[in-house]
Amino acid sequence: MTTQLPPGMHIETVDEKIMTLNVGPQHPGSGHMRLIIKVDGDYIVSCDPDPGYVHRGEEKMAEYRNYIQNIPHLERPVIHDSSNILYPYCLGVEELLGIEVPERAKYIRVIAAELNRCIYILYWLAIYGIFLGHSTMFMWPAGDRELFIDLLEAMSGARVTHAYLVPGGVRNDLPSNFEERCLRQVEYFEKRLREYEAIFYQNPILKARTEGSGILSRTDAIRLGTTGSVLRASGVDFDVRKKEPYDVYENLDFQTIVMKEGDSYARSRIPYLEMFESCRIIKDALKKMPKSGSVRTKLKPNPKGGNDEVYRRIESGRGAIGYYIVSNNRPEPYRVKISVGSFRNLICMPYLLKGEKLGNMPAVYWGLNYWPVEADR
Amino acid sequence: MSSGTDKDVEVKDTAEEHSTSSENTKPDSMSKDEAKKFYEEKGLDLSPDVPVKPKPIPAFEKSLADKVSSKFGDKITVDYVRADRIRVTAKRENIVDVAKFIRDELKYDHAESVSGVDYPDSSEIEVIYHLGSYTDEKLGRQIFALATRVPREDVPNPGSDSTRTPSLRDVFYSVEFHERECFEMFGVYFEGHPDMRRLLLPEDWADIPPFRKDFKIKGR
Repeated sequence: MTTQLPPGMHIETVDEKIMTLNVGPQHPGSGHMRLIIKVDGDYIVSCDPDPGYVHRGEEKMAEYRNYIQNIPHLERPVIHDSSNILYPYCLGVEELLGIEVPERAKYIRVIAAELNRCIYILYWLAIYGIFLGHSTMFMWPAGDRELFIDLLEAMSGARVTHAYLVPGGVRNDLPSNFEERCLRQVEYFEKRLREYEAIFYQNPILKARTEGSGILSRTDAIRLGTTGSVLRASGVDFDVRKKEPYDVYENLDFQTIVMKEGDSYARSRIPYLEMFESCRIIKDALKKMPKSGSVRTKLKPNPKGGNDEVYRRIESGRGAIGYYIVSNNRPEPYRVKISVGSFRNLICMPYLLKGEKLGNMPAVYWGLNYWPVEADR
Repeated sequence: MSSGTDKDVEVKDTAEEHSTSSENTKPDSMSKDEAKKFYEEKGLDLSPDVPVKPKPIPAFEKSLADKVSSKFGDKITVDYVRADRIRVTAKRENIVDVAKFIRDELKYDHAESVSGVDYPDSSEIEVIYHLGSYTDEKLGRQIFALATRVPREDVPNPGSDSTRTPSLRDVFYSVEFHERECFEMFGVYFEGHPDMRRLLLPEDWADIPPFRKDFKIKGR
């Protein structure tokens, strides 16, 4: 019998030995995305990632709003890292509109971006911990995250969706005594971070599950165009903050963390080590920041971009985020394309999960530092 | 407000009609000098929206673009050469050759993004690949934008109409998912792509590709 199927649908033939599992899109083990996994007994024979469950059309929405109105909704794909996802948008719009950013604002933006990076990594680490059955690693990062959330709340007024970075600088100046408070909390946080090492990263069970699993070679990491911690865990020294420094990153003292193993353990360790670098950046930026001055270049009401286009990128908690903005003499952008790290890393899932045990899927999947909502946009 | 597609039509200054805060908007009756004073008192920037500053063409980027244009001549157009950014438009018949040249001779090794841009006025859709390099130290800052234009049909039938272009998946493996996204959002079929299925949209989506300009958001 032949039936007329809607476009995109097909009837699946069933194999006797192979079973198809839909992991997600509402399964807590995958976040808001579906992995179509075929298993033979306990082993994964193929994996087909199917994102899109939380696709919200951010790029389409951006074509209907002017450059300023776009700020709050563009941070929604990854609210834990909202400063970083807005950063390339602000850089791009500044280039399109020819806006100069005050020096003090550049430092404040870097501090906000690094605080947000830590907030994101801690959130991710909490999820990674709980899916590997390590509930302490859920509680600790979730608790320590509050420190930085409080700091960003003092800066911007909001706890999660800050909308703090705007084209031309930041929305408002730092509160009084911020430097002192920030320094105190960052120093305390560094002490806390060292405790994670013993309880989580030297844990023999974690090592047994992640070391040597889901290996991505250096060649494959480059060929598949991966980014962020996935790329650096495979031995490629690439960080946009170093390679194409934006704002004041070239004046600040930090290094790129690179590991050669390319396995899940290396991928999960790199974000953790990067938090130490983020702390270094914040402390250095607090020291070098001009103590007073303007933090925002005021724009004309409803500014229009010329007949131009721009591609700007930054390094976020999950890899490079690139914005391609096309403008056509209107107050709204003609086209906004967001190329996010999660979407770029999606491509290596079928390779890494093939041959793994189903029970070890969360270790590989969450080790990719993948955020489904960001990939869907 | 409709999505603006008339590039050449002089668009009315929309500052007055859209600005919601009345205190920063000058009354209509003001003369030019009065308006200038008004804005200065408010501390608002009076410079034109896009200041025209001629920038010197950087030498390194120029040398890369020259390599491509000396190889392909009039088959390609160099749209701009700026600091860290080069953009080249190729015809779709040549795009695979140009991409291979960029990979093998210029040492770009991966695609950062593949974007579609819809131009209904000229009945074309532009596909633009942003290429980068991880292996070559000198290219760390560089993005090479390789664009091509494909015909656009008013009544799209994704996969079966003339809106198609050769896939670059064999040249840059990393475009696989990006091209799938471009296919479902713009209806551009990539010939030679091994897995040209939908990615983000629901399986039973039965409307036109949603990122085309004639697909309007409801209520806007």
